[in-house]
Amino acid sequence: MPTMRERFIAVTSDLLDSDPNIALILADIGVGQFKETGVVDRHPGRVVNMGIREQLLISFAAGMAKEGFRPIVHSYAPFLTERPWEQIKLDFAHQGVSGILVSIGATFDEADWGRTHQAPEDVPLIATLPDWRIHVPGHPDEVEAQLRAAASDDSNVYIRMSTATNEQAHLTGGPGFSTIRTGSGDAPTVIVVGPMLDVVTRATADLDVTVLYVNTIRPFDSETLRSVLQAPEVVLVEPYLEGTSTAEVSLALQATPHRVLSLGTSRRENRHYGTGAEHFAAHGLDEAGVRASITEFVAQRVAV
Amino acid sequence: MTNATSSNGTSPDTGLGYEDLPRLITLMTGDEKHSFSATSTLDVLWVLYSRVLKIDPNNPEDPARDRFLLSKGHGPMAYYAVLAARGFIPVETLPTFAQYDSILGKHPDGQLIPGVEIGSGSLGHGLPIATGVANGLRARGSASQVFCLVGDAESGEGSGFEAIAMAGRLKLSNLTAIVIDNKSDSNGWPGGISSRFAVEGWSTSDVDGRDQGAIHEALVIPHSDRPHVVVASVEPKA
Repeated sequence: MPTMRERFIAVTSDLLDSDPNIALILADIGVGQFKETGVVDRHPGRVVNMGIREQLLISFAAGMAKEGFRPIVHSYAPFLTERPWEQIKLDFAHQGVSGILVSIGATFDEADWGRTHQAPEDVPLIATLPDWRIHVPGHPDEVEAQLRAAASDDSNVYIRMSTATNEQAHLTGGPGFSTIRTGSGDAPTVIVVGPMLDVVTRATADLDVTVLYVNTIRPFDSETLRSVLQAPEVVLVEPYLEGTSTAEVSLALQATPHRVLSLGTSRRENRHYGTGAEHFAAHGLDEAGVRASITEFVAQRVAV
Repeated sequence: MTNATSSNGTSPDTGLGYEDLPRLITLMTGDEKHSFSATSTLDVLWVLYSRVLKIDPNNPEDPARDRFLLSKGHGPMAYYAVLAARGFIPVETLPTFAQYDSILGKHPDGQLIPGVEIGSGSLGHGLPIATGVANGLRARGSASQVFCLVGDAESGEGSGFEAIAMAGRLKLSNLTAIVIDNKSDSNGWPGGISSRFAVEGWSTSDVDGRDQGAIHEALVIPHSDRPHVVVASVEPKA
């Protein structure tokens, strides 16, 4: 199976060939792979490498957008979303233009490179901006569907790719939640984001829970949550900063007394190298950790 | 679409000219935080809007227009006065400056003001955006030119240096930067501002920022294979 990034490169190259309004703006990262597809030579005015200039990466893309192009901007997650944060805030939405940001690296894809290449804050950061669509795909097929949809509209879109992949794609056909499993009337609802699905599926295999899958975390699908909710208890499992979508759950359920368990990476810096799996385990996001947290959450309800 | 004023220097759209600008500026009352920089740009802006830019106040979104990006968004009163004189905004809007419902803030907003390409105020954004605009126009085969006005202190922003370097590499010959040098950079520019552009492959002109003839001459210098910068020196910021 190709990686999300390989699929992104293939689809972006196809879009560049088929749509004269698509532009690809890079900052060294990914240039070699795109050269192999030939698009760098075929579309020199629309495929531009900024070098290591991430502020310019965003502003330049916004300038291209001002001239009617649909820019796809690609780099490593912290360099794409954190370093040029003000450029994203001001030079896209504030200037009345839009584009597609596509990152690699996710939270701990390259944990052995250390803190500089970890971006658990990217999704909550982008989520502070109005009207951005945020995709956290769990499979290369989902990347393709999201990228093609983004290329054909004029929204501001962030697609967060990862080397972590679920075994099967879940093509939801839209931004909403899809129901993976329905529990009993007393079952809490577990909302699982992107590549966490297989982990959560294994962790809850014998637990009485309803499982909703989502690969588009903004806009937040409040309507589906309210419609499927049985017990007024929600567990969020997000592969980035804990609590990123807690306020969205509270807003969706503001008329209903409810409890929320938010699982994600903690704010403490886990000053280690190693693998992504080791880091997720350290933040309680491995199979055992997720299971223990959900079990404890349910037990607290019983105690009350 | 025109780039000319009438023979007496007034705008054909409003009958207002350079001599009217001080009066228009005085219509904008209030505590204008960046008043020194408000007038440092006045002569360059007037030359651009009266003699250089191909723009039409009656069709400010014309795809064939030249693009002007005011990166130095601080002190926009001169900008608003010129826009009013050229007919992009009614003179009557000037007294609303900085009021809640006004389109004219202490930093301009491109989404509110006809003919204004970008919102600015946070320094170091305009020239990077302008490089993308220039590249986009070139990719479209457009003959439109891109002008971007920045400040000397603003030029310390790293994002500006990124744009200077990349515009040179891309040989964006449809891009002209104008640096208003009122000696407000805290650390100065050893070797001169224009040398920073020259080393990245730009053609350069250094002019008196109050000499409209020299400004005009510098802005229309042919630069068919590279971007161009005009460093316009004015009296030091007090």
